Amino acid sequence: MADEAEIYTADHVLEYPYVRSVGPVVGAFLTALRDGKVVGIKGSRGRVIVPPTEYDPETGEETAGVVEVGPEGTVTTWSWVARPRPKHPLQEPFAWVLVKFDGADTSFLHVLKAAGPADVSTGMRVRPEFVPESARVGHVHDISHFVAVGGAS
Amino acid sequence: MSGREPVTMMDAATRLDFKFTAGVAMSKNLHGYEEGKFLGQRCPKCKKVYIPSRGSCPTDGLPTDEIVELPNTGTVTTYCVVNVPFAGQSIEIPYICGQILLDGANLSFMGLLQEIPIDEVRMGLRVEALWVPPEELGPTLASVKYFRPTGEPDADYETYKEYL
Repeated sequence: MADEAEIYTADHVLEYPYVRSVGPVVGAFLTALRDGKVVGIKGSRGRVIVPPTEYDPETGEETAGVVEVGPEGTVTTWSWVARPRPKHPLQEPFAWVLVKFDGADTSFLHVLKAAGPADVSTGMRVRPEFVPESARVGHVHDISHFVAVGGAS
Repeated sequence: MSGREPVTMMDAATRLDFKFTAGVAMSKNLHGYEEGKFLGQRCPKCKKVYIPSRGSCPTDGLPTDEIVELPNTGTVTTYCVVNVPFAGQSIEIPYICGQILLDGANLSFMGLLQEIPIDEVRMGLRVEALWVPPEELGPTLASVKYFRPTGEPDADYETYKEYL
């Protein structure tokens, strides 16, 4: 017989296996990622929005014209993560970064691999490291992470 | 270009990992399943027996400290025939999910009904629990393999109408 004072615990997982349709604009972005490229879309007054949206977030007007950007870009802001959580994309200390791709007018959130926060700065030049082509599925994780331009991947 | 079809869909699974703690009252109930017993808890004021108990009476707000062993027999108060396949399904469809009111209990719980054709299941059906072999008993309601008809006459509606 079990100890009557024992309190039971158990792992419990709640999961909804959603699949969502992405539409033509985000679809073009994800298709490009799968091809190892980054694209944005032209909004009002010719601003290039990355990742692309179907409507210009400032004017509400429809966007049109997919354009390739990057692949290099500039860090516009960042935050160092010293102790990654289990669901973070990298399981070593890393930086969340907003990257403005060359040719883009908005910034894109991803992760940067760096030795430490001293190696990260606003304005630093970075480039994406894609996962191998055979592993790319059309998802933002097709970019594994960013690295400093000229730095080790 | 890779020559593949454009991306139109994206997996967007939402997943939450919990650690569930059963607490004092439910742990006592789960210990019962380890021993092949239904252990309920009685309210000291209204005398109702709850299985599973949350540790206090929802009507009187008093602790339900008295443990009551309930029999293996009970009544189907209502039921549902499951015909729809879904992810993670472990039982072949169609099957019957019954609300079981054990004799002496004042709360029904869900149980699998077997050994009866689907078109013969009915409210008031008298059933008994079939437990898994002793070596397979564990702190889970899965220790009850399923409920099956006892062959007794149906329960009078008056005996379970409060529990629908």
